[in-house]
Amino acid sequence: MIIKIKDLDVFYKNIHALKKVSVSIENGKIIGLVGGNGAGKSTMIKSITGLVPIKNGKIFFNDRDITRLDSASIARLGISTVPEGRRLFAPMTVQDNMNLGAYLRFKNEKKKDIEKDIKKIFELFPRLMERKNQTAGTLSGGEQQMLAIARALMAKPKAILMDEPSTGLAPLIAKEIFKVIKSLKNRGYTILLIEQSARMALKISDYAYVLESGKIVLKGKASDLLKDESVQKAYLGV
Amino acid sequence: MLTDVIQAIFAALPVGCIYALVALGVALIYNATNIINFAQGEFVMLGGMSMVTLYGEMHVPIYLSIFASVAIATIIGMALMKVAYRPGKNTSLIIVLIITIGASLFISGSAMHIWDADIHRFPAFSGEKPIVFLGAAIVPQSLWVIGLTFLLVISLVCYFQFTIHGKAMKACALDRTAAGLLGIKVKRMVLISFAMSSALGALAGIIMTPLTMIDYSGGMLLAIKGFSAAMLGGMGSFVGAVIGGFVFSFLESFTATFVSGSFKELVTFIVIINVLLFMPNGIMGPRSKEGLEEEEVLGE
Repeated sequence: MIIKIKDLDVFYKNIHALKKVSVSIENGKIIGLVGGNGAGKSTMIKSITGLVPIKNGKIFFNDRDITRLDSASIARLGISTVPEGRRLFAPMTVQDNMNLGAYLRFKNEKKKDIEKDIKKIFELFPRLMERKNQTAGTLSGGEQQMLAIARALMAKPKAILMDEPSTGLAPLIAKEIFKVIKSLKNRGYTILLIEQSARMALKISDYAYVLESGKIVLKGKASDLLKDESVQKAYLGV
Repeated sequence: MLTDVIQAIFAALPVGCIYALVALGVALIYNATNIINFAQGEFVMLGGMSMVTLYGEMHVPIYLSIFASVAIATIIGMALMKVAYRPGKNTSLIIVLIITIGASLFISGSAMHIWDADIHRFPAFSGEKPIVFLGAAIVPQSLWVIGLTFLLVISLVCYFQFTIHGKAMKACALDRTAAGLLGIKVKRMVLISFAMSSALGALAGIIMTPLTMIDYSGGMLLAIKGFSAAMLGGMGSFVGAVIGGFVFSFLESFTATFVSGSFKELVTFIVIINVLLFMPNGIMGPRSKEGLEEEEVLGE
């Protein structure tokens, strides 16, 4: 168990955005979190990364209580985020965005090793390599999403949180992104995948939770959820 | 005629350096925070005035005086950060702008009480004997100003172009949340940017005082010139800030030489008003589509 979220309560002013939510993210697995608009999915990621105040409940990372840490301290422990809307540094080059992903490593590691890592990650995303000297703002939506993932990988994270990586992408491009996410799992990464496209997310997840107006209404093996009648009705359009 | 032109250039060069340094200080804080700091000129004043007391009056050794004067301005700069930088507290840019103007008035007012309302200077670093070149004269201190400005500009550009720390500072301005998610301690970065900027201002004050003299009220006008230079160059661009500084100093110097000394500020402000109206992104600033769209909205 790498991240353990216990009985989380989060409020936005008067809105009870998360209601006693408990989620476990296990080592080397993709954990899916699906749900409709406004179900509280993004709030989950924001709570883990210290971007929204937590009213009740606890978040543990490798048994360490990280509930009240700020986002930089959480990142320093080894949790990388692929944030909603990608949040790239648009006027900076692809290469610089990746370097900044490795910001914390520059203190203890040699520049050479980091550059080697960039090359390795470029193998995963050959299109980024071609555009490494272009500014991030000039990339297409799919390329930007890949860069956001590549930037997160540069930190050598112990866990990656992905917030709606398929949003705004054409179906074919989204499919490609999911393929990449699956290949990351095969490389041993631990991933929390938050998605509105439930079908694609469930297909690549090992275990999944269904969030509905701030509550976990269903959880189980992703393959079981795919067959679940209520899930099919509500999220898969069957 | 030729001598007049050379003399005007000699006069413009050191002043342009000072404007450039103030503009760089403005750009530096803007780059890390998007705050436009109108108190930037006060650091120049503080650096100069502290140097007057320490080096000019108390005869403290020069390096120690410089160090102490920069330290004083830097501490005030870091205090200003605590007041002006309030992320996520629903403070609009205009409020922060007024905070920096208020800080500027507060600092210059305090300086009047700590020192006095007189104009001060201290002896130049390496003598006052002008060097004559083609009939025009330049004092050695001008060369100090030009040389040190050159060094400071180069080191700043290198810091932001080639070091990860500099890029991280820029990242803080572009997207604070994203920077935080990458493990960058945004608040500490902002504090460093204020410290660097105030130290830069103080250095400008130290090298210019033997040349231009200083009093408690000199900061505000310098800040406005520095802001104008930064705007003209394209807010946030270092090269642009330097270009902007020199454009203004040359305009002023040539106006003073060939028209009248009392017109020189007039030209500056005519230029800056036109820049703000017609090319708000400046010379080196981004030609973004968003900017264009905003302009169109304003035009309606």
